[in-house]
Amino acid sequence: MLIGKPSDIPSSEITPRDAYEDYVNVRRSERRSFLRGAVAAGAAALGAERLGELFDPRIGALAGTKLDTVKSPLTTTGEDLTSLNDLTHYNNFYEFGVQKNEPGQNAGALPTRPWTVKVEGKVKTPKTFDIEALLKLRPLEDRVYRHRCVEAWSMVIPWVGYSLSEFIKQCEPLSTAKYVQFLSYYDKKVEKWASDTSIFWPYSEGLRMDEAMHPLTLLTFGLYGEVLPNQNGAPVRIAVPWKYGFKSAKSIVTVRFLDKQPPTTWNDQGPSEYGFYSNVNPTVDHPRWSQKTERRIGLPFYAQRKTTLMFNGYADQVASLYTGMDLRRNF
Amino acid sequence: MKRSTLILLKTLTWAACLGPAILLTYQAVTNTLGPDPTANIELTTGYNTLLLLILSLAITPLRKFVPRLGWLIKFRRLLGLFAFFYGTLHMLAYVALYAGFNVSAMLDDIAKRKFITMGAATWLLLLPLAATSTNWAIRKLGGKNWNRLHKLVYVAAVCGIVHYWWQVKPGVLAPMNLTISLAVLLALRPVLVWWQRRRVRPVAA
Repeated sequence: MLIGKPSDIPSSEITPRDAYEDYVNVRRSERRSFLRGAVAAGAAALGAERLGELFDPRIGALAGTKLDTVKSPLTTTGEDLTSLNDLTHYNNFYEFGVQKNEPGQNAGALPTRPWTVKVEGKVKTPKTFDIEALLKLRPLEDRVYRHRCVEAWSMVIPWVGYSLSEFIKQCEPLSTAKYVQFLSYYDKKVEKWASDTSIFWPYSEGLRMDEAMHPLTLLTFGLYGEVLPNQNGAPVRIAVPWKYGFKSAKSIVTVRFLDKQPPTTWNDQGPSEYGFYSNVNPTVDHPRWSQKTERRIGLPFYAQRKTTLMFNGYADQVASLYTGMDLRRNF
Repeated sequence: MKRSTLILLKTLTWAACLGPAILLTYQAVTNTLGPDPTANIELTTGYNTLLLLILSLAITPLRKFVPRLGWLIKFRRLLGLFAFFYGTLHMLAYVALYAGFNVSAMLDDIAKRKFITMGAATWLLLLPLAATSTNWAIRKLGGKNWNRLHKLVYVAAVCGIVHYWWQVKPGVLAPMNLTISLAVLLALRPVLVWWQRRRVRPVAA
């Protein structure tokens, strides 16, 4: 190709939300009646379907499977949700490509089952949690959060999960644990796009213990009431709504409790650009752009930029975590 | 080259050069610029500026090494002017969509953010080149002066590439292909001088 980039999906081809749900429901009921109707033949067919999964991992992707959820008082109200199409076609997940549309094309390769999360470091005893056990640990809540990227764009996302604190309690950290580090899945054979960068993998992120224990910090398994699409960090990630998006580690395989601040990927890449805290803060500019305003994903190009709010609008809940701290220095 | 072939090739070049702009316009009208229209416009126009600039710089070495391709000179101005066209769209998109026509925000950006300073410098370097691209200007300036002035294109291309590197996150290698292309073209220039001398010498002797 001489010039230009591939065009995005025309809006005429974007499946509206309810049509999409109908599609999923029909598919599911088709499968159910099929199995009810002819057990023997059905079982054989299912076997064949499973066999297909061996050859094409995408067939086995659980994304789109409905999750049982409950309401949460910690949900953000009054804002239009970003469409599922935009949430799944505009991603920063550099292990699957640095262009925003690449993870949507490539993350099908991520093997989300079997999946375990290893817990280590300053804990009573190191443990390994299976993803199925994590899904059942607490009721899954629907929580809408604003999501503000350090690149000055934002979304409104209906996540599904429960407070990370519930999981941390199960990990039994020692009193010496002051920080939590999250390591993402990394296999250079699966994520071959990662080597298009000079970044040291696996992706590492971290929170101070009190940040990790804050009820808003969400251990996340889904969005739009369904299992996370791979490109959004399946099968388990965190969502920390008052921090820039990169703090919310995706596809977590290791949770490590530490007595000191862990090294984190973007902070290592550019310490002057990406602080360890990276709280959303309109008064502290990124060295290369202002953080005063943001553009909301999915709006037309002539739409007015939105004013960025302190702590992404969650100041009432989280500002007390940083009392007495110089947020200009600890950006 | 036959006149009809030249006309055909020029038409194709025009179409290829206008392609991205037409696509962007179509997408803007139909609201299909994607999840982040602003970034799409900025990246597409910026990338094509550098690509066209590099293509225009490839013409001289190609002609010199392959004398049969001498006719390529007829396309150099076209590519250069289209590079300026996309560079201008890129600059205007920044002014309108990023800075929102806010002059103090722009001055702040230019003062504080070196990648924007470098981008502005690149556009300002291209401006006199575009302005002196007419036959009238070439005659007015005289070939020698015109050539000297248009050496600025090398500076502009390097500034543009640096602007791209300073814009992407540390660790992202997206500007690599364009950088290597430009580096090869710049490295070819001394080789080109040597090549021409080598061809001239036997005649002189």
